[in-house]
Amino acid sequence: MPAAHSLPHRHFDALIIGAGGAGLNAALRLAAANLRVAVVSKVFPTRSHTVAAQGGVNAALANALPDNWHWHMFDTVKGSDYLGDQDAIETMCREAIPTVYELEHAGVPFSRLDNGKIYQRAFGGQSQNFGGEQAARTCAAADRTGHAILHTLYQQNLRAKTHFFDEYFAVDLIRDDEGVAIGALVLDIESGEPLIIEAKTTLLATGGYGQVFRTNTNAFINTGDGMAMALRAGVPLQDMEFYQFHPTGVAGKGMLITEGARGEGGYLVNGEGERFMERYAPKARDLASRDMVSRSIVTEIREGRGCGPNKDYVLLKVDHLGADVVHHRLPGITDICRVFLGIDPAKEPIPVFPTAHYAMGGIPTDRHARVVAPARHGPEEVVPGLYAAGECACVSVHGANRLGGNSLLDILVFGRAAGTDILSYVAEHPNHRPMRDAHIEPAIARLARWERQGEGERVADVKAELRRLMEDHCGVFRDQPTMAEGVEKLKALRERVEGVRLRDHSQTFNTARIEALELDNLVDVGMATMMSALHRDESRGAHSRVDFPERDDERWMKHSLYLREGDRMDYKPVRTKPLTVESFPPKPRVY
Amino acid sequence: MSVTISVYRYQPDSDTGSSLAASGAKPYMQTFEIEAAPGMMLREALLAIKEQDETFAFRHSCGEGVCGSDGVNANGTNCLACITPVADLKQPIQVRPLPGRPVIRDLVVDMTQFYEQYRAVEPYLIRKDPLPEQEVRQSPEDREKLDGLYECILCGCCSTACPSFWWNPDKFHGPAALLQSWRFLADSRDQATEERLDALEGPYKLFRCHSIMNCVEVCPKGLNPTKAIGQIKELMLEQSV
Repeated sequence: MPAAHSLPHRHFDALIIGAGGAGLNAALRLAAANLRVAVVSKVFPTRSHTVAAQGGVNAALANALPDNWHWHMFDTVKGSDYLGDQDAIETMCREAIPTVYELEHAGVPFSRLDNGKIYQRAFGGQSQNFGGEQAARTCAAADRTGHAILHTLYQQNLRAKTHFFDEYFAVDLIRDDEGVAIGALVLDIESGEPLIIEAKTTLLATGGYGQVFRTNTNAFINTGDGMAMALRAGVPLQDMEFYQFHPTGVAGKGMLITEGARGEGGYLVNGEGERFMERYAPKARDLASRDMVSRSIVTEIREGRGCGPNKDYVLLKVDHLGADVVHHRLPGITDICRVFLGIDPAKEPIPVFPTAHYAMGGIPTDRHARVVAPARHGPEEVVPGLYAAGECACVSVHGANRLGGNSLLDILVFGRAAGTDILSYVAEHPNHRPMRDAHIEPAIARLARWERQGEGERVADVKAELRRLMEDHCGVFRDQPTMAEGVEKLKALRERVEGVRLRDHSQTFNTARIEALELDNLVDVGMATMMSALHRDESRGAHSRVDFPERDDERWMKHSLYLREGDRMDYKPVRTKPLTVESFPPKPRVY
Repeated sequence: MSVTISVYRYQPDSDTGSSLAASGAKPYMQTFEIEAAPGMMLREALLAIKEQDETFAFRHSCGEGVCGSDGVNANGTNCLACITPVADLKQPIQVRPLPGRPVIRDLVVDMTQFYEQYRAVEPYLIRKDPLPEQEVRQSPEDREKLDGLYECILCGCCSTACPSFWWNPDKFHGPAALLQSWRFLADSRDQATEERLDALEGPYKLFRCHSIMNCVEVCPKGLNPTKAIGQIKELMLEQSV
């Protein structure tokens, strides 16, 4: 491993780690303003996981049914089980409208209505008039909306001449003695050479960490890299107990079947052929919020009403919609069913099961995407120069449960917000802060650790065990004994990581080394998840405690903060005050 | 069921720790036996090989055919490993890197020229009129013209199956880039038709396509670059009269 002083340095105004929707939308804003922007991504940008988002992006355009951003805000606050910060939610729902128009202008091939406006479909948890009739708020490009958006953003970044570091892995953040983020150590995957990128500002936009669960809808690359980097830099992670299980993953395999399938009129049936969601959510039925639908499916199966020889899944029916709707509005789903199940969803129902999908929690930020952490003057002090946006961040707009269609929206709005704030930060701080070897050394030590040779456990084995452990001890339904045991096992596993050794110490395109660095990250975010979950003695949103089945606003309407040092938990209040409208006070949540 | 897979190995470094690394920088085929579960895809088979030998390198990510990372050549045909069933491949399965590209390591190829050609067609919407406050209207019929074009995932299966691209990867745009060129020419919202067509003039960029149609045969998304190229040529002809 080269010494700190011998590493090459590059200099940029802004460093963006991650090239999904959040990173690319921030980059676009900055490159258009002629800042020097470096986007570092461990995969070629269009391979980022935004590409897999299917159903669409929410905005109250009112193209299909009456709508306005305030109704969208109400639905999001209610969907969050009142844990979302209402200032951030107001920002997101207002900004949704210009954001979607901006995307359309950039070239996104949205599906269209007969009058030429953007097509909008119904999604779960959407209502008109603060809890009234179903709304249709999700703007869609068939069921490939994420692909359409990601490619468009990449294309516009090419036009803006953004500087890309494709297939570079971010090892760790670099902060100076005052805690200011001054860049990152990155690894060129192809050559194996480390590189220092000095930047006046750094945006973490690394996405989620679904790979910590054995069965998930996420890509192989979703390993919580940015979240773990934040933890190692002393920043806590917020609300990590709230992990969304998507109701309709392909049973036993995990591929996502979009909520849009139910938005287009699909519904779930149990082993008795019953439309069971009518019992759990009489009004919204199959378009209740995701946490509720997932719990309902698991309950049906636990009570013996599953489908198939082992009664271990339920069926999603879209076959009544006709081949035209299914193949035209849901072509991606049709492909997935054909390839992985050998069925045509226009003819046969799809076996589904709730599958680990999305992190509501993440790196705490304010609504300008600035990272905030507890410090001398309160729980939300800005970490200078450091930003986070997208799934890796917790701003928090999703609270305890995210609504479908709000994830693409979150990455776009807060990616852009980060870009806007970075512009003014760089204007006020035009100089690079000095970087000394001592600032770099901890990051180098992390790389050097994996150069240890000799016998030891294998990365793949420990990773497989971690994934099983998280699934068994931190699933849809949780209780104290199961999670306490999970934490003990995870602590033991974390100890063992020290003894893991790579066999492959080569330089060129060493994917084994990348997977080892990812394992470190997965263990850290797994612990954040498990610890946060163990400590919250209530049921709220996606965090469902069998031993504490009720929501407890008295004690628990607060955000969790997990700190890596000493596995410590801390808490901070929910921001219940919006910017310009009345607060939505907590109410019982029925659909 | 046991499956025999022979994979292309090329390890430019010597200290991989692999038992066969002593052969240095010479490429070779290495055979593995793996256990195949019903419905197993080629990507999972490659992962099973990596379980046995962590020095084996290949790109992959989403596992469902949308990210475009894992284009490989299996039994002589380019495909996406994650949506190619092992059961459909005759054994022993031969897996090689996408052809015609420099190999970085094992199944990982250098895609630089492929991306350069993509950038060369200016693959982004160009509007000249002032932007409206709302969306630019587009009829469902006009929008339908983009189906079969915008879905490209840049996996490179088509261009690396194209003999014209093998011969002139620096001058011929190749099927993937030309499909994107047509995606914007076909978009009723785009206002740079003339410039786009002008930029395709000359004997190479567009006209090296000889309609061999390998691209159509291998596209894992069922897209048709040859047809798109034909449509560009037609439009050129139309515009020149």
